[in-house]
Amino acid sequence: MSLSTLQKDFCAWLREDDTVVAARLGLADSRGLPVYQNNYRGALMACLSEVLPHTVLWLGDQEFAAAAAHYIDAHPPVSWTLDAYPEGFPAFLGEFYPNDPEVRELASLEWHLSECFVAPDAEALDLAGAGAIDWESAVLQLVPSAKVMTLISNAAEIWSALAAGETPPAAITATRPRSLVLWRRAFTCHYRYLEEPEVDLFAQMVAGLGFSELCQHLVDQHGFDAGIAAAGGFLARWAGEGLLVVPSP
Amino acid sequence: MAHRQFPAPRAEARFGLGLRKPHYAEVLAGGAPLDFVEVISENFMVPGGRPRDTLRRVRALHPVALHGVSMSLGSADGLDRDYLGRLKSLVDEIEPAFVSDHLSWTRAGLGHDGMQSHDLLPLPYTQEALDVVCANISHAQDVLGRTMLVENPSSYVGFAASDMTEWEFLDAITQRTGCDLLLDVNNIFVSATNHGWDAQAYLEGLPLHRVRQIHLAGHTQRTIDGRGLLVDTHDQPVPDGVWALYVATMDRLAAAGAKPWVMIERDDNIPPLGELLDELALARSLADARIMA
Repeated sequence: MSLSTLQKDFCAWLREDDTVVAARLGLADSRGLPVYQNNYRGALMACLSEVLPHTVLWLGDQEFAAAAAHYIDAHPPVSWTLDAYPEGFPAFLGEFYPNDPEVRELASLEWHLSECFVAPDAEALDLAGAGAIDWESAVLQLVPSAKVMTLISNAAEIWSALAAGETPPAAITATRPRSLVLWRRAFTCHYRYLEEPEVDLFAQMVAGLGFSELCQHLVDQHGFDAGIAAAGGFLARWAGEGLLVVPSP
Repeated sequence: MAHRQFPAPRAEARFGLGLRKPHYAEVLAGGAPLDFVEVISENFMVPGGRPRDTLRRVRALHPVALHGVSMSLGSADGLDRDYLGRLKSLVDEIEPAFVSDHLSWTRAGLGHDGMQSHDLLPLPYTQEALDVVCANISHAQDVLGRTMLVENPSSYVGFAASDMTEWEFLDAITQRTGCDLLLDVNNIFVSATNHGWDAQAYLEGLPLHRVRQIHLAGHTQRTIDGRGLLVDTHDQPVPDGVWALYVATMDRLAAAGAKPWVMIERDDNIPPLGELLDELALARSLADARIMA
């Protein structure tokens, strides 16, 4: 048997304890083989529960472990980093609990927070030092850690309560979805709901939105004076929250 | 990159710890009697945020060794380019004293057609495996632009197809690739016990002058199908049997003229820093009585 075939068989055995596959491995002594399967499943289970601690609290240990076991059975890891393994778990939970959207959204929020924590560093815009910026040509862009999510449930409120050690509210499904942005400022991750006028603007800022385009958009909606004032207000708020990088010309 | 940002290791820098999260703050506060620290490379192969910043600050205080668990040197399908690129970026920034990984494999296949085990899986010690491992080590050394250290693994199964011993295999890879060795004394103890090997014959067969780093750790005894098995859990203090093998190892290293860097490796059930420093002090005194004599 080639080394390549041996390694594929070994991985197949890690996923499923099959005596025929185990026999193909050509082991001189197979009594230690279960240690590897235990290590494999244990590492994946630990990874999911460490990245999604509040989802564990929401579901309970046993319920979470049962869902995670199904995910592990169906989804072997493919990335070199264990950190990537939970990426598909929120969507899996959405299928596992089709009538409980807060489960998927809570897991998704925790997954994005873990990504946010190690997202690329960036120099955030500080308006106090922004005198030299040519605002006519400046392009507004969100910091690399920023991620906009759309939620139909109160998963964010559940997360906050659990994070504070408080009793979480009952799950609620809203009549209209809401958008939430999460981002990292220095080494701390934050999130908040977007106000209605911000939703389209944030979608554009992911790719880059000219400040002049922002002004024109708001002037078209509110008239010149109110539009310019609104643009200034948004700029001050976003910069104050550390949501923007230093604009590129 | 020249050593401009960070202090170079002192010539006598030899005794350190595997640095884990519970001890970050104490080590960053300064003053810990550590000549160096070793960190798990993958924990810091991230784009940004606190982990990378923490490592930069640790590096400003101590020489750092980067120890990997996912390079998969034994993979028949070669190395992962993304992994190597990220490790190279980390190496260039941190300027580690050593870069190491294991004589094992973690991945079958490549990309989304492959599968990662996230465990250090055993190799058959065959000519084919030797060719694979040597090609992968050479590839990694070419990309990283430096000599790697390869660590002997703990293992729980052996392969009927093996036609050389683990120590013969390690000797061969050092000769063919120019890599050096990270000798994990606990892993020798664990594997020798599990497979009935003679630990002294293992040491006798190694190219000891290539040993640059030593790991000391603990293990757990488990019973499977009524038979005892040692598992490399790193969740216990270094046990007496490993200390005894460490003394024998240091005697042989002294005779070979090797002065490896020695460290305590603890990954689970992590005690207060002081307890690990006590173990390190014992490692230092046992070594000083030999190599420094």
